[in-house]
Amino acid sequence: MRTRRLRLGIAGMILLLGAMPVLAQTQSTPATVPKSGSTADHSTFEILKKPFASGPEVTEACLSCHTEASKQVMGSIHWTWDYTHPATGQKLGKSRVINAFCGNVASNEVRCTSCHAGYGWENLSEGPPKQQSAVDCLVCHDMSGIYSKLDNAAGNPPMTPVPAGSMTITGAPAKAVDLAMAAQSVGLPRRENCGQCHFYGGGGDNVKHGDLSSVLYDPDKSVDVHMSKDGANLVCSDCHVTNSHAWAGSRYNVTAHDMIGTGKPGERRDVATCESCHGTEPHPAASLTGMKLNDHADRVACQTCHIPEFARGGVATKTVWDWSTAGKLKDGKPYAEDEFIQSDGKRLHTYLSTKGDFEWGENVVPHYAWFDGQVEYTTGDQKIDPSAIVEVNKISGTADDGKSRIWPFKRMEGRQAYDKQLNTLVYNHAYGPDTGTAFWTNFDWNKSIKAAMDYVGQPYSGEFDFVDTYMYWPITHMVAPKEDALDCQACHAKDGRLANLAGFYMPGRDPGGLVDMIGLAILLAAIAGVAGHAVLRLATRRGGQRHD
Amino acid sequence: MTERLVKVYPKFERFWHWSQAALIFVLLFTGLGLRGLHGLLPFGSAVMLHTIAALALVLLWIFAIFWHLTTGTWRHYVPTTQDLFKVARFYAYDIFKGAHHPYRKAFWRKHNPMQALTYLALKLVLFPAIWLTGIAYLTYNFWELQPNASLLLEIVANLHVLAAYLIATFVIVHVYLLTAGHSFVEHVKPMITGFDTIDLTPEEEAYLAADEPGRLKR
Repeated sequence: MRTRRLRLGIAGMILLLGAMPVLAQTQSTPATVPKSGSTADHSTFEILKKPFASGPEVTEACLSCHTEASKQVMGSIHWTWDYTHPATGQKLGKSRVINAFCGNVASNEVRCTSCHAGYGWENLSEGPPKQQSAVDCLVCHDMSGIYSKLDNAAGNPPMTPVPAGSMTITGAPAKAVDLAMAAQSVGLPRRENCGQCHFYGGGGDNVKHGDLSSVLYDPDKSVDVHMSKDGANLVCSDCHVTNSHAWAGSRYNVTAHDMIGTGKPGERRDVATCESCHGTEPHPAASLTGMKLNDHADRVACQTCHIPEFARGGVATKTVWDWSTAGKLKDGKPYAEDEFIQSDGKRLHTYLSTKGDFEWGENVVPHYAWFDGQVEYTTGDQKIDPSAIVEVNKISGTADDGKSRIWPFKRMEGRQAYDKQLNTLVYNHAYGPDTGTAFWTNFDWNKSIKAAMDYVGQPYSGEFDFVDTYMYWPITHMVAPKEDALDCQACHAKDGRLANLAGFYMPGRDPGGLVDMIGLAILLAAIAGVAGHAVLRLATRRGGQRHD
Repeated sequence: MTERLVKVYPKFERFWHWSQAALIFVLLFTGLGLRGLHGLLPFGSAVMLHTIAALALVLLWIFAIFWHLTTGTWRHYVPTTQDLFKVARFYAYDIFKGAHHPYRKAFWRKHNPMQALTYLALKLVLFPAIWLTGIAYLTYNFWELQPNASLLLEIVANLHVLAAYLIATFVIVHVYLLTAGHSFVEHVKPMITGFDTIDLTPEEEAYLAADEPGRLKR
């Protein structure tokens, strides 16, 4: 018995040992671990393995599983382009405001709504499309890199046959999109997804923001310490966190001073502030330098020192746009001048018959202002004072309101059309190749303004002129490595960067104030007294009797 | 009464005096730079140097206060009107006639009454003023969220600067007066060697000779 059991045992062990390599093999076979960490591989889904003829067809397939996605998107500002400011009550959003760039979306829809996160918004007054399948899932979730949107098709992608000369919203030649391939590739948004709209606002690379350009696809660490592959390698949505397709971060209602910081462990914080990662005392508090720098955080935004210049990395931003010179023709034809040479050698437009004169800047020193986060727009119904520079958007905040901090801005200089009788900024019908009123085809201001004002249902006297404008863009991207942060004396100096911000105490900036005058007067009086005393002593000693 | 060379400035007092002088010069120099009146140092370095010198001076003052209290030397600064008028008259008038300084230093009165009064004012008014405003400025981080913190900081800073100008004024007058009465070198020497010419009572002389012979020079 015993020997038999032993034999059986040995045989069993041999069998087991023999089988082990096989076991080991089967454990390691599950191919490659998907990099995205997602639990679903969309390329295996039957519903996505069919030829799609249009964007909405893809969206319908998405919605068959993601039942709430469209509803969520349709409630977000990415979709509505409509925003009621909680503090000022102003009705804002892309669908309403006038800016210092192309001006307005209304009456220019299919061009401007090419960047809408949907398909087919052709009439602004009717609001964005109502059907859930009009949401463009792919523009944010395509990982294949082949998806794009035409620049004049109300958000639709280029499909076969692509009309000759078509371009995408980034200005690249349009190629027909294989929607099935794009649909099977989906994942969480990457910088390429956000960038194709947000890097190209205002009609070209970095035109609008100044701190958002195609450089951020693969920036050097010196340009953006967060987004560089040699840095933190973050993507947009690492900071702009989402909740049900609603994003943190607003240019209308900015969290200009985050006093909460990181929050408690595990606490959800739907803000995109520096403090939400770095805390409210970001510099090492164990050193004197760190303590002194932390002292600044109540009055100076992080961005002010840590983004010394914007439009870095080789892509310029538009700094001046003068519409008043638009419409000049050569031999009856519109023309272009390309006098600005970017650091990479690329020539940029400095005049277009369609748009007027431009100036550009690289490595631009920001404009600084006290900012409490509130922005008020000069909407079409507000009276302006044409004798002064009109602020298209006013940034609110003062040194002594207890909540503002000094922020950096891109200050866009514009010259825009306004109604000479009514003193209001006017809307302009620029795009519309087939209409008899569009400025870009007819070059007649009166017609194009009238058409746009009728379109939005606002009065127009028929007399227009141009007024100088400023528009402010908070600078918050392109954070430099800490060794490139501004030195103290960039501001703490007589002619420093904050020389024009008056009304508050700042050492080193304002020598020769009242206290210096009093102090120096006392000091000089003492020196004069001492000198007089000494002279008197010498004089009397020489003339008088000697002692000692 | 006999005039003797007596050690009236012990090691610690001399150390305190000269390190304080050096720190005050560093503070005045960096402070003027921070105020924007010269640009000889980068602002950041000036801030650090000013802060470190200030903290060192605060530490020194803590030791000095302890020393004054425990050794009883604070009594040198108790104000007195005795001979005050004579000394004032000397600086304002008699000095031009080549008169001798009227004050004779005593073992427990090594400063003349005007000097003692000035030092007392310095120690009780100007030094605390610059100390308190400086610490308030340095600890701004702890009260930055108070209402009107910015205005308060401006007031604190200006008081600090005003006190600094007055201290600078003291330094100028202090150094100038080293030339009055005796020569500059004769005035500075005691603060280096510790020995000064003092009028000793027979009792004081006998005590020193018996118990602290090292403090008497033959």
